[in-house]
Amino acid sequence: MSAEKSVSTIRRIKVLLAKPGLDGHDQGAKVVVRALMDAGMEVIYTGLRQTPEAVARMALDEDVDVIALSSLAGSHIPFCAKLKPLLEANHLQDKLWVIGGNLPAQDHDTLRQLGFKGIFPTGSKFDAIVDYIRNNVKDSVQ
Amino acid sequence: MNDRAKEPLKPVLNESGIEVKPLYTQVDVEASGGLNMLGQPGEYPFTRGIHRLMYRKQPWTMRQYAGFGNPADTNQRFKYLIANGQTGLNVAFDLPTQIGLDSDDPLASGEIGRVGMSVDTLRDFEIAFDGIDLNKITVSLTINGAAAILIAMYLAMAEKRGYDVKQLRGTAQNDILKEFIGRGTWIFPVEPSIRLVGDTIEYCAEHAPKYSPVSVCGYHIRESGANPAQEMAYAFCIAKAYADDVIKRGLAVDEFAGRLSYNFNIFGNLFEQVAKFRAGRGLWAKIMKEQYGAEKPGSMWLRMIAAGGGGGLTFEQPEVNIVRGAYYALISALSGTQTMALCSYDEAYTIPTEYSARISLRTMQLLIEEMGLTETVDPLGGSFYVETLTNQMRQKMEEIMAEVDAQGGIVKLVSEGAIQSKVSAQAYQMQRNIESGAFPKVGVNCYRNEKEEEHPVEFHPYNEEDSRVQIDGLNKIRAERDQAKVSQALVRLSADASAGRNVMPALVEAVKAYASVGEMTNELVKIFGRYQEPIRF
Repeated sequence: MSAEKSVSTIRRIKVLLAKPGLDGHDQGAKVVVRALMDAGMEVIYTGLRQTPEAVARMALDEDVDVIALSSLAGSHIPFCAKLKPLLEANHLQDKLWVIGGNLPAQDHDTLRQLGFKGIFPTGSKFDAIVDYIRNNVKDSVQ
Repeated sequence: MNDRAKEPLKPVLNESGIEVKPLYTQVDVEASGGLNMLGQPGEYPFTRGIHRLMYRKQPWTMRQYAGFGNPADTNQRFKYLIANGQTGLNVAFDLPTQIGLDSDDPLASGEIGRVGMSVDTLRDFEIAFDGIDLNKITVSLTINGAAAILIAMYLAMAEKRGYDVKQLRGTAQNDILKEFIGRGTWIFPVEPSIRLVGDTIEYCAEHAPKYSPVSVCGYHIRESGANPAQEMAYAFCIAKAYADDVIKRGLAVDEFAGRLSYNFNIFGNLFEQVAKFRAGRGLWAKIMKEQYGAEKPGSMWLRMIAAGGGGGLTFEQPEVNIVRGAYYALISALSGTQTMALCSYDEAYTIPTEYSARISLRTMQLLIEEMGLTETVDPLGGSFYVETLTNQMRQKMEEIMAEVDAQGGIVKLVSEGAIQSKVSAQAYQMQRNIESGAFPKVGVNCYRNEKEEEHPVEFHPYNEEDSRVQIDGLNKIRAERDQAKVSQALVRLSADASAGRNVMPALVEAVKAYASVGEMTNELVKIFGRYQEPIRF
């Protein structure tokens, strides 16, 4: 293994966890932040009321591997529809996009079409979220 | 003797950290402090209830949380609930309204009417409460960041319809400190936010003395991860912060404390919750009497809505939530609450349908009509277990309150994000315990269905058209109203806010001129600024 490779493999997975829109329910987002940190990931938590523009900008500026949203108040589809072109315009389509929260099963196909491949509705376990991220982030990181 | 019988009993702790014994006797009651704080219902310290006859005289008010779409949609749901025997209203507002945005604000896009009803101007309140007798049906407004504006709007609406505002009853949630801890519909920074709460208390004490301008919420702090003892202790710390602000203005405690009310949660261990409420009643009375010098009994009453149980309901096997709701209602009734509301079984998924809201209403009615819960006051009083636990819960709450004071007070701890961090760490630990099975949840970590069935939940439809209708309505009001009056009122609002005067008279004037929620909020933001959330783990 080359030195360069070994340096890159110990880099921690970096996650942006955002609260989109006006939703104030942050209990779930905050416990997931803790779970990801306990799993050894670096997590940037945005706090409440992020616009699509703010999420895209932070994802770019922070050079994250994962863009994660936590949505409980039902506006996930309009938000993701606005976010997708912004992430693409910033060349972030190769990053892992995941979403969790109150996400009715009937909306999952739409969310996948909007680029959110990892969908974690209420009731998802920490291990499932952590494993999914580890297995799907590009292999340059641990 | 089998192996299990030979094993020593494992200690059991309740969520508040109190050890629960297999048997309680008179000895435990004495060891926990005896019955000094028990008294009689309707008498200090009110542990057994704030009224002498409680439900024998009048059952609890039933007040399901409701609101969605445009005010006209919500008005229909209100009328449906009233027709089905509901005795109060509890209004849900959409997020733009809750954080002071007009419907045509770009940030409101996609959120109008989604989690509650949309309100821009007084016209929306006129529509929402049309045909509802505000003397018979008391209205609770679940509004916090924008509470001063919506209280002004409610009082103006009632006055316009000919009600005597001096006699008007009703409640606003208006507990901003808990919004910083959980729920998140803050607008202004901490200090001016507390000042606005003080403005509403001061204004109502004079102009609407029967209106309850604040309902201090342990509820959402519990939902955010607090245990039951913390839920009540933190709520008391918050109520004291509001009371202190008002007293600094020169009001006597007995001039306003009688209109303070509370909102607490009802999920969890039945006995722990009942003890929590009984303990809280005694402790609050003691605080008001000994620390604040209150003399009127009403100033010492822990008047409350014991509600919801949302944090206890599960996404899995949602129909089982109907049964949970029934036990939560029982807890609420055994606790001596003034008002009750239940989360409906489908609320982990969606806004309740008429059908699910009606099941919640029937759950409460069945306790009144069939189960004998209204016949005798404080029916668990005198139980060795409940009395011991009541003493222990009160001591726990006193310890937590002393700890908050020692750390600099609730305002400081909330401003720094310390309470938020503490309860969020507890929520994380609880979720870990649920995932490991250490904390049992039926249908989640035990008794799971082998194959998840189709969930018997009907999703509340979101009507995209609602946004357009709401924005058209706002534009129509803007075109029709007397713009000079609006501008004049907004100038006064700005001047009063920056001079440190009570902003309520200016808000009432602005509301009556059909100024919008967003316009009034923006004037206040210019003076007060916006809250910056501390991120702390």
